[in-house]
Parts: sequence; C-alpha cells; structure tokens
Amino acid sequence: MDKFETLTGIAAPMPLVNIDTDMIIPKQFLKTIKRSGLGVNLFDEMRYDDDGKEIPDFVLNKAQYREAEILVAGDNFGCGSSREHAPWALKDFGVRSVISTSFADIFYNNCFKNGILPIVLPEEAVAVLMKDAEKGSNARMTIDLENQTVTSSDGETFAFEVDSFKKHCLMNGLDDIGLTMEKAASIDAFEVQAEQARPWV
Amino acid sequence: MSPKTLYDKIWDAHVAHEAEDGTCLLYIDRHLVHEVTSPQAFEGLRMSGRTVRAPDKTIAVPDHNVPTTLDRANAATMTEDSRVQVEALDKNAKDFGIHYYPVSDVRQGIVHIVGPEQGWTLPGMTVVCGDSHTATHGAFGSLAHGIGTSEVEHVLATQTLIQKKSKNMKVEITGKLRPGVTAKDITLSVIGATGTAGGTGYVIEYCGEAIRDLSMEGRMTVCNMAIEGGARAGLIAPDETTYEYVKGRPHAPKGAQWEAALAWWKTLYSDDDAHWDMVVTIKGEDIAPVVTWGTSPEDVLPITADVPSADSFEGGKVGAAQRSLEYMGLEPGQKLSDIEIDTVFIGSCTNGRIEDLRAAAEILKGKKVAVKRAMVVPGSGLVRAQAEEEGLADIFKDAGFEWRLAGCSMCLAMNPDQLKPGERCAATSNRNFEGRQGRGGRTHLMSPAMAAAAAVTGKLTDVREMM
Repeated sequence: MDKFETLTGIAAPMPLVNIDTDMIIPKQFLKTIKRSGLGVNLFDEMRYDDDGKEIPDFVLNKAQYREAEILVAGDNFGCGSSREHAPWALKDFGVRSVISTSFADIFYNNCFKNGILPIVLPEEAVAVLMKDAEKGSNARMTIDLENQTVTSSDGETFAFEVDSFKKHCLMNGLDDIGLTMEKAASIDAFEVQAEQARPWV
Repeated sequence: MSPKTLYDKIWDAHVAHEAEDGTCLLYIDRHLVHEVTSPQAFEGLRMSGRTVRAPDKTIAVPDHNVPTTLDRANAATMTEDSRVQVEALDKNAKDFGIHYYPVSDVRQGIVHIVGPEQGWTLPGMTVVCGDSHTATHGAFGSLAHGIGTSEVEHVLATQTLIQKKSKNMKVEITGKLRPGVTAKDITLSVIGATGTAGGTGYVIEYCGEAIRDLSMEGRMTVCNMAIEGGARAGLIAPDETTYEYVKGRPHAPKGAQWEAALAWWKTLYSDDDAHWDMVVTIKGEDIAPVVTWGTSPEDVLPITADVPSADSFEGGKVGAAQRSLEYMGLEPGQKLSDIEIDTVFIGSCTNGRIEDLRAAAEILKGKKVAVKRAMVVPGSGLVRAQAEEEGLADIFKDAGFEWRLAGCSMCLAMNPDQLKPGERCAATSNRNFEGRQGRGGRTHLMSPAMAAAAAVTGKLTDVREMM
C-alpha cells in the first residue's frame, strides 16, 4: 500500500450532504475483477451526460479541479454500499484525502486500506476549508498526518483525530494482513478455546 | 460482573487478540461471499501465496448480477463482464474449497436470505460479508456487518477482522403496531427519526414489544436497514421465535449440540442495568405505513403526508432536499398518494422472503396491476418454490406480475433489471439513491403490502384503504 505522510494539493469543494457510494462509483462499474482503472468513472452519473460527454458544471470537470487530490465534502460522505470500488475510484483519479464532518463507517475503513486519508473535522472547520477549496487551483491545502493537521491556503491550521493504529499503518504503508498473520498464535489459541466453548459453530 | 449489552457479550466472546490501544482481532464465525466484492480478494490471496484459513466457515453464492429471467441457464443471458464475475466465483469456490451454491442450485439466492435459510446464521455468532446489508443477520442476535474487499481478503486469510468496539444504541419500539404497519415501516421510521448518519459509530439493538412480536422475517427486514441509519450493525436478542426458526435447518446444531447451543443462546440478552450510549424510543402505535419521497432513506413520510418543501429542512439538507425534489420530479405540497408510478419491484434482501410475498399476494388476490411493469423476485430458490406451493406465484402471475428467479435484481440494477430515466418505481428494496435502480430512475421505498397496493392503483397508495 502507498504510504501517506504529507500531502499538498488542490482541494475540490463538494458541499452536497450524503454523497453515497452509488454516486461515487455507479454499479455498472462494479463488474470489474480488478482494483485499477476506475478513476475515469469516478462520480460517473454526475460527471457525464447520457451521451458520455462531460458535464461542464461538475466540479471535477472544471479546469482548476481536474488535478484535485483532496475533496472537501458535505456530511456523511460515503454512505450506502460497502463497495471498495469507491475508494479505488477516488485513488485511481488521484484523490488521496477526503475532508468532511462525518463519514459512513465502512467507507471510512475502506479508505485506510487504500492509502486514502479520510479526515473528520467540525462543521466550522469544514466550512472554512470549503471556502478555501472554492478558490480553485491557486489554493493548495496541506495535510500533515504525522502532526494530524490540515492547513488552508491562508495558513489556517486545523487539528484532526485519527486512530493510532490506522495512522501507523497508513504512514508506513503496512499491509494489515501481514500484521495480523504475526498474531497467528493468538488466533490458533482462540480457535481451540472457542471450539470447546461453542462446538456447534 | 458488570452488566453488559447483547453486543458486549457477543464481542467479548470473539476477541482473539487485543492491543494496548483497544484495537482487537475479532474472530469471525461465518464469512459470506458473493461475486461482486470478492474477486479482488481471492486474487490478493493468490498473489501473496495465502490461502483461506477456515473454508468450512466460508459460504459463497452469486446473487448481485445474476439474471433473474427464466432462461438464465443460458449463459448468453448474462453480459460478458457479469459472466466473468460469476465464473470467477465458481472457480474461487472450487479452488479454495469453500461452501458454494451455484446459480443452478435451487438453494441459490441473495446471500442474506440463503445464510439464515440454510442455518449458517446462528445466535451469538460473528458474521461478515462484503456487502453492507450483512446487518440482516443481526435479527438472530448475531453480530453481523458489511466489510470492504480488503477486509474480505483479511477475513479469508486470517478468519479475523481488525476492529475497535462501537458504542451501544438501544432502539425501543414499544407497544403494538396498528393494522397495515409492518417491519419495513418500523425500520424506515427509525431512519426517518435518526437520519442516515444517526447510527454512525454505533451498534443498534432493537427491542420492545413491537420487535418481540415480529417474525424472523420481519426482524431481518428491520436489521437489514440498520446500515441505512449508519450503524455498524443491528441486533435483536434471540428468543423462542429465533430458536423455532433455526431448529432443523441444514446447518443448525442437532441433538446434544442443540441443547448446548440453546443454553448459551439463552444468555444472550442485554442486562437490565447495562449502559447505553444512546436510547431512541418510538411508540409502535405512532408508526404509520410510510414511503420515501427523496433520494436518501431518511426521506421518510407517512403515506398520508404531502411532499415537503426544501426550506422545511436545515443546514446542508436544504440543498440536498432541493436536489432530491428535482431528481424525483416532485412538487412541494403534492399529496404523496397522488404520485403515479410505472414500475413495481418486490424483492431484495430487505423484503424478498416468504412472509413478504404472502403480504403482497394478500393485497393482489383477484386484482390486476395498473402499472407498466411489475415484478416479483423471490429472495432464494427455496422461497420461490414455497411461494409456488402456497399458490402465491399464481396470484402474482394472474395479477400481471413477472415471476422471476432469485437474485438481487432491480434493488441495485447490476443485471438487466433496470429503470429507464424518469421511470418511477414502488420498491421494497433498501436504497432510493440517485441512479440506484438505473440511471435517472426514481425510487420510492415501502413495504411489500404497500408496493402491492401501488401496483393495483398505479400510484402510491395507503394499503389500509385496501384491507
């Protein structure tokens, strides 16, 4: 997995609340058996018209946001389906961090497995960063995972919380299956004990 | 011992390892797998030379993009990319030696209907699946939640999941439900009250007389949509209704093991003085038959209400409601019961069980549909067979419904069952998101009886007028 330490990049504003995973990557693109190549279909139904042409008003189609690496989004980003195709599509497009007041649980977890940092900030902070993102490509935000801060283009800094284990894995690009495998003895012991306690399972 | 919730008890029985920061390895008793979210996970195993740690606890069934038309035995009914996914699951199930119900098996169906039906899901278990509606299995008092594909790979390889404990929320539905009000109305009304993010960070336990009175089918409907309220899982404590449903199922314990299991299951309830981080109480008698009007499952109103205006909301929801009204083609103030529909879809892991089909058939008996298209997609081959035996299939067919084979179908429209732009559907499924049932399609969520009533009148209808 790609490491995430610091990121300075263009942030695209998406103030809509409840942006669901069907919006992020519609179901017709879930038929792939690969993880890559989904970026072109990120936000497909908001981004392209029925003929497949770009809708000029959509934020990621605007010249200043085509290289966005950060999204600043409305409440409850990533709600709905468990599809990991959502973070795969974001990553493939080039988005490495999403900032919102809240995220749906499964999406939030899926981000960390793919080198994407979801950042939860209070409403007032998200409002400031949303305004900052609206300035376009001249305004670059900086995210520092080590110090757990987001800094706007004006130099205003906001601290965020992140689970220490998730942070550790993201900063070091660790594969958590490998980490769990190191605890195989605990799992073996649990299985023996569980087999005695609940043999019907 | 300090008092515990049901969630605390199941959690404590499954912690295989706990780190100092509280990060746990939670042991997984049942891992359900389907064709859409698993191919990359199996590929990951192969690439790293890993194998499935507990194939006997891993159960696979294709459901999301299988055709539900009667000619599906013919591979040409599937699009190329769907066929590739189903064939990949066939191969992965065989290569890794996991339990499998292929498309040709009468037991095939939606993974969340097949698991309980076959007795794979039992009280007190941990159950995961690469699908958000895994919450369904919580109806048995099992801790069940959806996971992403990386986590699917993690569970395949280690039979554990890295987790931190969620908070406890109690949702109590007191007293009795009124006639015409069903489990679907309960679960939609709860989401209407708490919002789609209200449950974020929580595991919900549903309790109260109205929940106790529900059948297992109804309880599965309630827990199924816990995820729509943002919760990691929904739970209902097991009781006689649960044991009666489970007993005798192919993979349920038998003989002395049944007795041992039962003794443990009877300890699975929240202690009287357990701590709750949040409590929501709704009177059963206050719940009406409901429908959704917008593009979020929280956009719930009684069928007797009017379409709301965007400015009746606050904050970011004002813009979202405006967008929803435009997408749905609705005017504020319009009566919900005046909204005309083109399509009716009865099915899904929310409402594709036998009781759902009975409820719809009861309304449809001797009537004809007044919509362009109406389809029933049973949740499994066995539900379908039972419905045929009970004469329900004939009622549906006589009324003008298509009688399909089992699958997820138009709930997420990954197979050819889709709405066209602007088409409006009365659906018993779980999501009314933009484009969910097909690009530009408009979805109103409701109970099977309400969907049947809508099929008969051609518009959203208060089922109580037809009872």
